[in-house]
Amino acid sequence: MILSGHKRSLEKRTSLRGWLFILPALALILFTCFYPMVETLLLSFQKGKANQLSYAGLRNYARLLSDSTFWAALENTLFFLVVQIPIMLGLALMLAVLVNDSSIRGRGIYRTLIFLPAVTSLASCSIIFLRLFANDGYLNTLLMQHGFIDRAIAFLSDRMGARLIIVLVMTWRWTGVNMIYYLSGLQSIDESLYEAAAIDGATGFARFRLITIPLLKPTILMTTITSTTGTLKLFDEVYNITGGGPANATITLSQYLYQLCFKGVPQYGYASAIAYIIFLLAALLALLQMKAGDSK
Amino acid sequence: MMRKRWNRIWKHAVLAFFSLLSLAPFLWVMICATNTSVDMLRGKMTFGPNLWINFQTLVDTGRFVPAFFNSVRYTVVTTVLAVLISSAAGYAFVVYRTRAKDMVMKLLLLSMMIPAAAILIPMFRLFSRMSLLNTMTAFMLPSLATAFLIFLFRQAAMSFPMEIIQAARIDGVGEWNIFFRIFIPSMRSSYATAITMTFMNTWNAFLWPLVIMTDTKKTTMPVFLSVLTDTGYTPDYGAVMLAVAITTFPTLIVFFALQKSFINGMAGSLKG
Repeated sequence: MILSGHKRSLEKRTSLRGWLFILPALALILFTCFYPMVETLLLSFQKGKANQLSYAGLRNYARLLSDSTFWAALENTLFFLVVQIPIMLGLALMLAVLVNDSSIRGRGIYRTLIFLPAVTSLASCSIIFLRLFANDGYLNTLLMQHGFIDRAIAFLSDRMGARLIIVLVMTWRWTGVNMIYYLSGLQSIDESLYEAAAIDGATGFARFRLITIPLLKPTILMTTITSTTGTLKLFDEVYNITGGGPANATITLSQYLYQLCFKGVPQYGYASAIAYIIFLLAALLALLQMKAGDSK
Repeated sequence: MMRKRWNRIWKHAVLAFFSLLSLAPFLWVMICATNTSVDMLRGKMTFGPNLWINFQTLVDTGRFVPAFFNSVRYTVVTTVLAVLISSAAGYAFVVYRTRAKDMVMKLLLLSMMIPAAAILIPMFRLFSRMSLLNTMTAFMLPSLATAFLIFLFRQAAMSFPMEIIQAARIDGVGEWNIFFRIFIPSMRSSYATAITMTFMNTWNAFLWPLVIMTDTKKTTMPVFLSVLTDTGYTPDYGAVMLAVAITTFPTLIVFFALQKSFINGMAGSLKG
């Protein structure tokens, strides 16, 4: 009895010690994530300029409905979601399957090279692609020197051109990361499944469709959700390449939020409403994707 | 047999093509960094003699040297602290596991859902009220503890044998010493993953330093890059490309130094 009582107090002491290990991280996350989250919600119900704010109910959210810049940002974000994510994830999956093929010699080198863009900062990527596709950029110079065109193509002043360049930068930067995720998913699939299917006469594509895709579903779901969240907070590339132009053709929600707060007289309340729209969209899309992942 | 061989050649071709696409911009930046702006705009594709002059141009901006050393200082301090704080928490969630701690872990995981944009405005206003704009503290605070890192170390700690901890306790080793002297040294690959990821995220951060470092002398390399190309007049592209190369260099070194455990660790972080 005495012994077990002593043991219990020892356990209690070590458990308390455990809280000491956790405390710094817990305090920081409460302070830098949960507190601002509540504060942003409160701000989103306030209107006014700079720090002269007063509660105005849902007026900020009502204002969003008739704000054409907001709708442009939403449309662009949707465009990037629908166009860029499938291209990138499809490419990543194909490359992962190839890199996973044990008959390919030097696949470790391919893996490293394809992953390499992921170490660059988005500001660097943006400048590189800007210098490649600008009016006086490398691509135009090359095309003109070889007589393919007489005048520079203004990729970045064209609505679709500017959007596609953003798609290109995102794909260059993030495909390798997703390839690594798929690769780890592929490596956990039991080889004997493929052998059995081959004996049953399944072709390469049938094996891919009937074994690889279903078993990779959790990874596909995870990469889709991460990419969706990433696209919703898209900022660096657009800020550095197009500045949102031409005529808001590439402006994103995060960039609009930034402009509202840090260019001109800050409108913190209205920008906070946009922050909540981003948060709600991220949560909603993640839920929908999880639902879709479950039903298939 | 013939078909199998063609099959393999085709696969090599696809992989080589995409490897080249990934690599080419790096080579192009390096070539441009050694040329004059004029040569670069002419589409010159060979190394030039202008590297040192481009470097001088960067130094003469008066912002490059501070930006570089700010980046180094902020990134090293943030990485060390973030990895320590987050690994201590991840470790404790396993070693001192109680029901209450499991609940707290779940709460922390929820924070992964919160996008940076949703916390930016209150954090900026708070730091500006506390006169912490343009300080390393403001730069670091939001990245010192992340649910992702805590989760990574929690998963790693689960594979750590509890018998070792119990044996150490019997030998009278204190709880902090068990963590610092036994756990940390035996979890090298998890630490390598965490260090690489945190280093890259911190070094490459853009929106947060753009917002809180209003003084150009206090800012970091990615923001400096952005300012450099956004000066209104045509910038010196040779110098710009050298700045891009210099910004990329530290992350490349860290990546290659810790590559093996980093890629494995990144893949392993998926398995919950």
